[in-house]
Amino acid sequence: MDAAVWGLGVAVLAASIVEMVEALTIVMAMGMTRGWRSTLIGVAAALAALAGFTAAAGYALATWLPEAALQLTIGTLLLIFGLQWLRKAILRSSGRKAMHDEDQIFAEEVSAARAAGADKRMGLDWFSFVVSFKGVFLEGVEVVFIVITFGLSARNMPVAIAAAVLGAVAVLGVGIAARGPLSRVPENTLKYGVGLMLAAFGTYWAIEGLGVLTADHESLGWPGGDLAIVALLVAWYLLSQIMVRALRRPVATPTVAVPRVSEEV
Amino acid sequence: MAFIRGFARFWYDFIVGDDWKIAVAVVATLLVAAALVVGSVLPTLMLTPLAGVLLMLAFAIALVIDTRR
Repeated sequence: MDAAVWGLGVAVLAASIVEMVEALTIVMAMGMTRGWRSTLIGVAAALAALAGFTAAAGYALATWLPEAALQLTIGTLLLIFGLQWLRKAILRSSGRKAMHDEDQIFAEEVSAARAAGADKRMGLDWFSFVVSFKGVFLEGVEVVFIVITFGLSARNMPVAIAAAVLGAVAVLGVGIAARGPLSRVPENTLKYGVGLMLAAFGTYWAIEGLGVLTADHESLGWPGGDLAIVALLVAWYLLSQIMVRALRRPVATPTVAVPRVSEEV
Repeated sequence: MAFIRGFARFWYDFIVGDDWKIAVAVVATLLVAAALVVGSVLPTLMLTPLAGVLLMLAFAIALVIDTRR
């Protein structure tokens, strides 16, 4: 396996773990509070919807777009997506945004599940079904998006899918064993790492894909070929560290709330 | 209509996220790079790293604007 395939596998695995930890928190809160049957049916429905979405989106992208246009399209999307993660990581590290806390989110979900009234539809507890479905589908779409973009660009869909499934199975296994949210998973650090990788690969592919505008419609070349991805990774890391230092705020005292730039995701 | 609005909102939130300035920075920089490609202003091996540096600058500017309050 070359460096690009390793990068692909690590990025997808980390993204899958982060997103599945967040989905698991919601599923655990619903199952433990309102019962497992409707919750697990919601999870199964979301997984089926994700499988359909992956097949349709992957087929459409791979079939209809020439290589350079594909790189430009998914590179741009990956870049925007990755820079959002990197932005949050920088704001969290500089004290401008609260850290993601699974225990707190779990408590809020449990509270909402207890407060919700009984609503039976099609023999299901509708609240736990809908919340579980949305939680798994929304977190899963992010993983699917990364799997499709990384898999198609690196021309190695099997590694991308295997890494995503491995991450999901690992989180599920540990979650079942722990019977609760996985608050000890270093989500913020993982998100920072994934954000860096998405930014590096996105930069590489989006700019390479601008070759679709040339006379021969061939991808543009980078100095050093694939090694440029490593240089981009280092450059994005250095920039993010500079931004963290430049934007750092003094530690808030207990009477002063930490300012939040935007809402939690 | 509500479904279409909800569908559009979902994709906007999913791709653009909390800060639209990031998406604008990326698209604007790629448009500049595209103009350089079309105009054949620079050799490819100079253009690609330059476009990468421009993307990083655009991201830094978007982040500074976002936190400047």
